[in-house]
Amino acid sequence: MSLLEIHNLSLSIHGVPVLDQVSLSIDPGEVVAVTGESGSGKSMTALAVMQLLPEGAVASGSVRLDGHEVLNSPEAEMCALRGATVGMVFQEPMTALNPVKTIGDQVMETILIHKAMPRDAARTRAQEVLTRVGLPPEKFPLDRYPHELSGGQRQRVVIAMAIALRPRLLIADEPTTALDVTTQAQILDLLRGLVTEYGMGLLMITHDLAVVANMADRIVVMQKGRVVETGATDHLLANMQHPYTRMLFQASGHRVALPAPPAPAPLLEVRNVVRDYRLPRTRLFEKPGHHRAVDHVSFTLNRGERLGLVGESGCGKSTLTRAILGLEEVQGGHILLDGQPVFTGHKPNLAVRRKMQVVFQDPFGSFNPRHRVARLITEPFHLLETPPTGTERQHRIAEMLTTVGLSPDDAGKYIHEFSGGQRQRIAIARALIIRPELILFDEAVSALDVSVRAQILDLLAELCAAYDLTYLFISHDLSVVRTITDRVMVMQAGRIVEQGETERVFADPQHPYTQTLIQAVPKLPEIGQGAA
Amino acid sequence: MLRYALKRLISLALSLAVASVVIFAVIEVAPGDPASFMLGVNAQPETLAALRAELGLDVSRPQRYLNWVSGMLAGDFGTSYSYRTPVAQMVADRLWVSLPLALYALTLSTLIAFPVGIYAAARRGKPGDLAVMGATQLGIAVPNFWFAMMLVLIFAINLRWFNAGGFAGWDNGLWAGLHSLTLPAIALALPQAAILARVMRSALLDILGEDFMRTARAKGLSRRQALWRHGVRNALIPVLTIIGLQFSFLLAGSIIIEQVFYLPGLGRLVFQAISARDLIVVESVVMLLVFAVITVNFLVDLAYAAVDPRLRSRT
Repeated sequence: MSLLEIHNLSLSIHGVPVLDQVSLSIDPGEVVAVTGESGSGKSMTALAVMQLLPEGAVASGSVRLDGHEVLNSPEAEMCALRGATVGMVFQEPMTALNPVKTIGDQVMETILIHKAMPRDAARTRAQEVLTRVGLPPEKFPLDRYPHELSGGQRQRVVIAMAIALRPRLLIADEPTTALDVTTQAQILDLLRGLVTEYGMGLLMITHDLAVVANMADRIVVMQKGRVVETGATDHLLANMQHPYTRMLFQASGHRVALPAPPAPAPLLEVRNVVRDYRLPRTRLFEKPGHHRAVDHVSFTLNRGERLGLVGESGCGKSTLTRAILGLEEVQGGHILLDGQPVFTGHKPNLAVRRKMQVVFQDPFGSFNPRHRVARLITEPFHLLETPPTGTERQHRIAEMLTTVGLSPDDAGKYIHEFSGGQRQRIAIARALIIRPELILFDEAVSALDVSVRAQILDLLAELCAAYDLTYLFISHDLSVVRTITDRVMVMQAGRIVEQGETERVFADPQHPYTQTLIQAVPKLPEIGQGAA
Repeated sequence: MLRYALKRLISLALSLAVASVVIFAVIEVAPGDPASFMLGVNAQPETLAALRAELGLDVSRPQRYLNWVSGMLAGDFGTSYSYRTPVAQMVADRLWVSLPLALYALTLSTLIAFPVGIYAAARRGKPGDLAVMGATQLGIAVPNFWFAMMLVLIFAINLRWFNAGGFAGWDNGLWAGLHSLTLPAIALALPQAAILARVMRSALLDILGEDFMRTARAKGLSRRQALWRHGVRNALIPVLTIIGLQFSFLLAGSIIIEQVFYLPGLGRLVFQAISARDLIVVESVVMLLVFAVITVNFLVDLAYAAVDPRLRSRT
């Protein structure tokens, strides 16, 4: 008998169908990965097992956990199962822990709430599991608070909470999506180790196919609330049947065709740039310390070139981006665009600012929801001395929307009427409308589904050919940077530790940090890319 | 934690110093010479000069400020122009009514608001929540003197459980004092409780949507356990802010209620002092209120740190 047996599970929330006849099963010691794009229902499947569905959810079918039917079982019984028989790890380690309780208390709570053992024993067990997940009490005492830990460490605490009672099944919902690649590799290792050691079943929800291929014994592919394909990992990778599965794998390994860059002529020059942040005073009357976020960074971006900037969170890449955009003053060095400084006399140089634009990560947060698209994309016009008016303005708006693959009629709509991918197209139209020479992309495709990401990357490749654009592409996602850039820089702790032609750096990294980084990236199996 | 408290204490002292300068300056700017006000228009110049000397009005302004501040530090608030009695004594008498009344009302309002707010948040959108929201809306909308009059009608005139007004004093025992403050305290507490209950409810609802509440449920806590163990403490921060503001208001803002119940409180004292141009009393009471508000803010800051470990380590 399987540990978890989901049979014909259908679910609707306030009458909107979310899951349609989903079936899957997990055996003890088995890793099953459920994958698919946003809206595929993969997270809802996990929450249905936990019976932690949002209000208004109506489920039918059967979910048997360890022989026990969980659908429609009383809440008291579910409370007894949660944490004891089934544990769950969530996506956002930064917010998954209660900020006002110590990590020891939070891990012990799992044990105490089930009255599994007395307080002293629970304390010892909490120390054991925290040690097991890599947080030994000598270095991470139980009275630490979550805010004193990094994202990866917090995720370890969440895992410790989930496994404190050795549940038979562990559910992990995008457990590494919010983490850096090297941290991701460690957490995946930990999860794999726990499965082997405890003989747990692991239900892993992830959109990352490379992670899926490396972790799972079996794969379940979901699309719009249905399971479209399922099978043992090796078999499924070798014989993909459903077109959606094939599309997913192709889009994940999508390569774009970049036009050849023109002969080198510098556009953006960054020389010895230093950016310090003042730290809060530790003592009264003492000089406050400084945190050097960007440490003597120098590079040249040539006209028509696509340059990548990669590094893990906190390495200074966002700070450098803000400095290049002239949003903040630097404490040392020069940033020149087309020979002109981006920052003069303690304020941004407008003449230079209009030559560059930026596209940010969050397609949902970077637009004013109360403005129409026409107004949103013409915002950069304020940088121009004589902004176009009347028909010329209309013409420009229509042209831009068409260029990015939308319709001129979309100009009158509001932003909530668009999907994430369409919003990112609008963001690109906004960047493009004043015909800049340089566009900075700050994690511009990180929040998108793989299929949409592939389309946006194609669009970027077309645009740089059509408009003679230069790109600076900032991302933590190495596979994306590899395909969209000609040259790449690797940043660590405020310094550029390696830079060179993209293919050369990826194939033969020189710096140890670059090697670690590339090593840590889960590899998409060749078979996925070849099957077409 | 100690460093955090020390920093707050320094900022408290600075605020007080700035406030004293501002209060002194504002009162100085106000027109009217207290001495000529007291003696009337027909006073002899010699008498006026003598009174001015007696009141300490004949020295330079900075000197007067220093005299005032050093006097206050030594507990000497000066002499009331109109009553000719020490201000310190007048204020102390009134404070023994106003401070217990404010604390009484605040305790009542907290005791009502916490359970009601938590109850409503736990039953969001259900009849119980809707009833609470309706009742608190009413509590905010209806002025407290109306409550006061209703309380007097029901509990003093009809049921005769309480006196309709006046203050029995603390000399007749704690019970007698509290008894005569009960109706005013309830009248003051009801609108405050309505506000506080709504703040508690909305703060808790925000917290209920947090990821860590879901984590708690995934550990096997029931909805109720998660609410009490992880929700309430996190919701306390905004609630504490409101409690601090309410205390300041209750201490000085209860003039109407004092009037309705005929209580000799600070509010009435200020009112009378302003009408009589008794600037030294106004100055002292305002300074005292500023001191109370700043001290309460300091206590609220300490309470924040006790609730939230992130504030302790940030310093």
